[in-house]
Amino acid sequence: MSNPEHPLSILIVDDEPPARARLRELLADIEPQLPTRVVGEADNGLVALERLGGEAADVVLCDIRMPRMDGIELAGHLGGMEPSPAVIFTTAYDNYAVQAFDLNAIDYLLKPVRAQRLLAALQKVRQARPVLSSDTLPAIGREMRGGGRTHLSCHERGRLLLVPVSEVLYFKAELKYVTARTREREFLLDEALTRLEEEFADRFIRLHRAVLVAKDALAGFERAAGDDAEAYGWALLRDVPDRLPVSRRQWALARSFAKGAG
Amino acid sequence: MASIRQIPSPHPLPDWRNFGVILRVLLGANALALAAALLQSGTLAGWLPRYVELAGWVEPLLLAVIGMLAGLRDLLARLPGHSAQAVVLALAAAAAALQYDLWAWLGLADPMAFGMLKAALLAAAAAGLLLGYFEQRTRAFSPALAEARLAALNARIRPHFLFNSLNTVLSLIRAEPKRAEAALEALADLFRAALRDHRELVSLSDEIALGRQYLELEKLRLGERLRVDWQVADVPLDTLIPPLMLQPLLENAVYHGIEPAAEGGVVRIGFSRRSDELAIEIANPMSLAGQHATGNQMAVANIRERLALYYDLEARLEVRQEAGNYCVRITLPCRTRNIPSPS
Repeated sequence: MSNPEHPLSILIVDDEPPARARLRELLADIEPQLPTRVVGEADNGLVALERLGGEAADVVLCDIRMPRMDGIELAGHLGGMEPSPAVIFTTAYDNYAVQAFDLNAIDYLLKPVRAQRLLAALQKVRQARPVLSSDTLPAIGREMRGGGRTHLSCHERGRLLLVPVSEVLYFKAELKYVTARTREREFLLDEALTRLEEEFADRFIRLHRAVLVAKDALAGFERAAGDDAEAYGWALLRDVPDRLPVSRRQWALARSFAKGAG
Repeated sequence: MASIRQIPSPHPLPDWRNFGVILRVLLGANALALAAALLQSGTLAGWLPRYVELAGWVEPLLLAVIGMLAGLRDLLARLPGHSAQAVVLALAAAAAALQYDLWAWLGLADPMAFGMLKAALLAAAAAGLLLGYFEQRTRAFSPALAEARLAALNARIRPHFLFNSLNTVLSLIRAEPKRAEAALEALADLFRAALRDHRELVSLSDEIALGRQYLELEKLRLGERLRVDWQVADVPLDTLIPPLMLQPLLENAVYHGIEPAAEGGVVRIGFSRRSDELAIEIANPMSLAGQHATGNQMAVANIRERLALYYDLEARLEVRQEAGNYCVRITLPCRTRNIPSPS
């Protein structure tokens, strides 16, 4: 956590320029009580993560409904960063999210934001933060937007890489890890395959105990020769030469999807 | 909406020129004729021929009476309720009696004792049943009830919009006080429109002005992301339409079509007129995931219900999704003066 002697560094994330300007004004108003420094602004979650890659921030003030990547998903990715900035949500009106925040003691500010509320929220940042269960935010996000995240995060040598879910061909569970394969390469994820299956049920189907495949990546199927212990058959993919094992249980289901797609 | 204004008791007669009303009269009278045929023939085999025979009597009479009622609509609406109903009954009875006389004179009907009286009584009874139905229906849609429903359906400016707009105004106050003033004035107009009497139709030009004000407010907030294309060619601007028909659809277009897109998009509003129908079309780009579909359907269902309350079957609302666009088209009859009361 930041040194209390230094001003809090803040990133403002909102897709509406007037809303960002308003927060800047309020931060200036509370300057005498709490010195802060705005390190940047972003108009959606993706841009925010990019900015934070350049310069870290102690606090991210973020709107919930934003294009490309919403605030809830952004907070999820930030949670995996080390050190992770504190997130304070700002929202004009969102019944569902606000109820969920109250239930989980997640800090949020209602727009129009009052200076005193902003001050109180920022002062709490230096205290201990509530510990969220790892699926609280994803669950709130899913309920609110009616779908899964747009990106998955992968931490590689201290850097955060974002993997667009739309580019993932398949997920494979291997011992302790889950890997996501895109056209270009593989990414190690800190996720559980069952969670991914649940979250992205509209895009991915299970082929095997350890494999989820994107429905539109399926190109064809091959029966396994002889008695293969590992697989009943193999799935072939568009664009990459990989073959994925299909279990006996999932064989008929998987083939029906390939027909539907093809 | 709480109202201390005296609500006039509903007129028991329907709008005789409304297509939905005419359809109901035709169907109702024919259902009665079918029932009568079944009673008279007693057997299923004789039912249809008997009905055809009866139809020869019923249809010409029905068309003549409907024609007269349509012609006399405004006169009847001015009479007190019970007198108006009595006039309709008398009209039906007289028409039936005259028809019987004419048919007998032409040799189309066998002269019967008291034939004219019978015909008149039967026609009056059928008309009475139908009038009873319409009175019942008017009561079900009585102004008090309809007003409550319309108010509930109307006052749907999203809280999301209100609080975001207030936040925008706050952000403008210090740097651009003039624009902040203009924004607050626009907000006041929008809420005045949302809170006013909902039974009165408003002119198309007022609705368009309100829609423009709404979009100006959203532009303050969304900047370049919101682009608007109005196509108000040669439509009669004094056409009356239900209040707050345009604004909720524009709000929908912004909320579902523009806000989720980082690069924004264009909201297109087009008006066109074909003979005596006005078409309003609002199109917005669809967000990729097709999210928030349920919210869209709610707003559309809301407007559909209001159109039914105002116009019965004479207005339509269609939704199309094509080429990445979500498009709502409303077609309603062109009217330039208020008719007595909705439905």
